[in-house]
Amino acid sequence: MTKSLFRNSLAMLGMVSTVAWATDSPASLMAHYAATAGVPVSALSATRGETLYRTEHPGRNGPMVSCASCHTANPKQAGRTRVGKQIEPLAPAANPQRFTDAAKVEKWFRRNCTDVLQRECSAQEKGDFIAWLNQTK
Amino acid sequence: MNYLLRGIGVVTAVGMISLLSFSLPSPSGEARGDGGSDTLPKLTHKNWQQECASCHIAYAPAFLPKASWRRVMGGLDQHFGENASLDPVTQADILRFLEANAADAGTSRMGNRVMRDIGPKDAPLRVTETRWFVRKHDEVSRAVWSRKAVGSAANCAACHRQAEQGVFDEDTVNIPK
Ligand code: HEC
Ligand code: HEC
Ligand code: HEC
Repeated sequence: MTKSLFRNSLAMLGMVSTVAWATDSPASLMAHYAATAGVPVSALSATRGETLYRTEHPGRNGPMVSCASCHTANPKQAGRTRVGKQIEPLAPAANPQRFTDAAKVEKWFRRNCTDVLQRECSAQEKGDFIAWLNQTK
Repeated sequence: MNYLLRGIGVVTAVGMISLLSFSLPSPSGEARGDGGSDTLPKLTHKNWQQECASCHIAYAPAFLPKASWRRVMGGLDQHFGENASLDPVTQADILRFLEANAADAGTSRMGNRVMRDIGPKDAPLRVTETRWFVRKHDEVSRAVWSRKAVGSAANCAACHRQAEQGVFDEDTVNIPK
């Protein structure tokens, strides 16, 4: 009895946290990345975020690449993948779907940072990146 | 005992009928909407649609044999020069779906046509490398593929206006200038 009660409440907890993941926001993600990096949210820098977005790196296939190669110089505009499919804008001001799903955000940071920087981005860099996009009006 | 025998009888009969209906040439050879020659069967699979359609259209499983899909799904971290990696559970789920509907799964006429041009040991990584694809596009000149609005032969939707819906017949082709 106690055991099954315990199990049930564990399951409930699981559900609650799933729901919480699905309703992330740019602010909650910034808080999460700042905490992971061990700094206060106020230490995240939109300026550093913009630099990360625009800095070009030698690409694996020759030409220089940056986040802007696919997401365009203006993150409020739609971009294009290498195959030519449209990418909806990254800035929450233009696309409220962005930075509302922690698992999706992590997946794309992992992929895109390794493609562009040849390494994963740090928690601080991810926080900076969102801080910049979130204040782009 | 009696039931068992009858059961075997029924199973055999059903098996025969379905075998027959598969091997009989359909009267309307080019029928659409049922996986006819240029229209693919409508498939829905949440993970496939979510994970394989963000960088390009979700290429139909019927465009490649099972062995190809195993190669594609086994190398997602270095996917044609990009990182398309997934968690292992999602990856396995998508591979199961691709295999069940692959060109050699016998579930679509498009798949049968693709297989006619593929050797039993072949496992091409690209749809655009299959002899079937090359033959279907032999009228498209080299210059067209490299037009900026096309960019890549893998960009099916640039010319096939209803590619995302799995429709590839002639009337829906419109090559961008
Ligand atoms: C090769 C093209 C490409 C490059 C280069 C690229 N991205 Fe992306 N990015 C994408 C695509 C495609 C998506 C998914 C689009 C979608 O789901 O709408 C995406 C989505 C994202 C997302 C998910 C946001 C959300 O909440 O939906 C983040 C974060 C992201 N990119 C960060 C970056 C960063 C950081 C860089 C540079 C280090 C970068 N990207 C470079 C193609 C690219
Ligand atoms: C991060 C972006 C990205 C994601 C996600 C992605 N792909 Fe790709 N895919 C590419 C690129 C880039 C190419 C190369 C296209 C080219 O050469 O123009 C490609 C090509 C392909 C091709 C060969 C196309 C041809 O030339 O015939 C297949 C098949 C393919 N992808 C399957 C998949 C499957 C299955 C998934 C889902 C598990 C997937 N892709 C997810 C970026 C992606
Ligand atoms: C540059 C434009 C272009 C691109 C890109 C392209 N196609 Fe085509 N495709 C054509 C043309 C033109 C035809 C010939 C139509 C006809 O029969 O007259 C064709 C024919 C076909 C046919 C046969 C249709 C028929 O009626 O016989 C199929 C199937 C097909 N394409 C699939 C694809 C797939 C899958 C891709 C992406 C991997 C693709 N195509 C990319 C232009 C293109």
